Amino acid sequence: MPQHEIEVILTRQLASYLTLPIFIVGSDGTLIFYNEPAEVILGHRFEETGEMPAQEWAAAYAATDDADQPIPPEQLPLMIALREGHPAHGSYAIRGRDRVRRHIEVTAFPLIGQARRHLGAVAIFWEVPS
Amino acid sequence: MMRVTLWGTRGSVASPGNETARYGGNTACVEVRAPDGTILILDAGTGVRRLGASWPSDVDRVDVLLTHLHMDHIQGLGFFGPLYDEGKEVHIWAPASPTLTLQARLARYLSPPFFPVHLRDLACRLTLHEVPCDEIAIGPFRVCAALVCHPGPTVGYRIETTGAVLAYLPDHEPALGVEDFPQSPEWTSGYGLAADVDLLIHDAQYAASEYPSHAGWGHSSVEQAMRFAGLAHAGRLVAFHHDPAHSDADVDRIFAEATAAERPSFPVIPAAEGAIFDLGQAA
Repeated sequence: MPQHEIEVILTRQLASYLTLPIFIVGSDGTLIFYNEPAEVILGHRFEETGEMPAQEWAAAYAATDDADQPIPPEQLPLMIALREGHPAHGSYAIRGRDRVRRHIEVTAFPLIGQARRHLGAVAIFWEVPS
Repeated sequence: MMRVTLWGTRGSVASPGNETARYGGNTACVEVRAPDGTILILDAGTGVRRLGASWPSDVDRVDVLLTHLHMDHIQGLGFFGPLYDEGKEVHIWAPASPTLTLQARLARYLSPPFFPVHLRDLACRLTLHEVPCDEIAIGPFRVCAALVCHPGPTVGYRIETTGAVLAYLPDHEPALGVEDFPQSPEWTSGYGLAADVDLLIHDAQYAASEYPSHAGWGHSSVEQAMRFAGLAHAGRLVAFHHDPAHSDADVDRIFAEATAAERPSFPVIPAAEGAIFDLGQAA
């Protein structure tokens, strides 16, 4: 496997030190890392899943609105940040691998590195009372 | 084939004196020469002045590959003779910043009040190139630049030619924020540049005991450099960018301690000014 770009490596290292849940995807939307606080909300450890293509993680952490209707993956803040190259925010519910439904707020931003290279996107999220 | 000559091995600031005479007091500068006469200069610390003074009169193209623009890597530029020779074609390769072009960044140093001569007034035919970019071909060399972990835009270089591969990462802190260094190759800064090289010239500024109080400054301990070289399967490690406060005796002691602790399976050579390494077949 080739080495990740330095901006992605540093983002992961920062995420691994923060207590805020953080989810990182590469330029093609592949999940490449989430930190320990995110593991609590997603219902399992990153070491158990490893990297996941976008379609797979979107299905695994299915997002639903207040009426419990599915939200298409392309409408998730992370995918908007990745596709449109600007920050995005949203509020919805997810069901992790532990099948618990949790309401979360999500702020996502694109990872645009030196020379304006589009390297992926980062989602910061937190659980809110339902 | 390539011949690699070290003209400056010190980090941070020049440190001449009797106590540093053996490893050298000049800051970063490395010459890479091909059998056909093509010459690459890696960084333009104070060591580049002597290299310029001995520049072959029949070599008209000069390529200076800067890893970044910290002063210890550019301070010799204003004293590099070929810049003032209208017969020379000089190419400077270096990173831009998110907001300033390479020209604007270099001109901050090469202009008053820091230097009497403006960048635009240099006599040579000067071309600036921003890196990282696609692979560069310079004579028989294929050069690849990639961003690495160091404060501010900073690259390392991988230089390949027939039968020889060199990696140059003089300012690099791949262990920053890594609890048990090294991790897997894909999550290690600089790995792509250094993988399977014949010779790795790498930052080794600190003793292990000094690193914790300097974490985040952009440099490595000798032990970390050894671990990085081991991960990358480098053939040989030249430990570079000695701390200016370290005397020759200090460097000897730090390397002896690091070698005893890490027991590297490859040769580790503390960088010494004037050292020459021939890579590939007879150079």
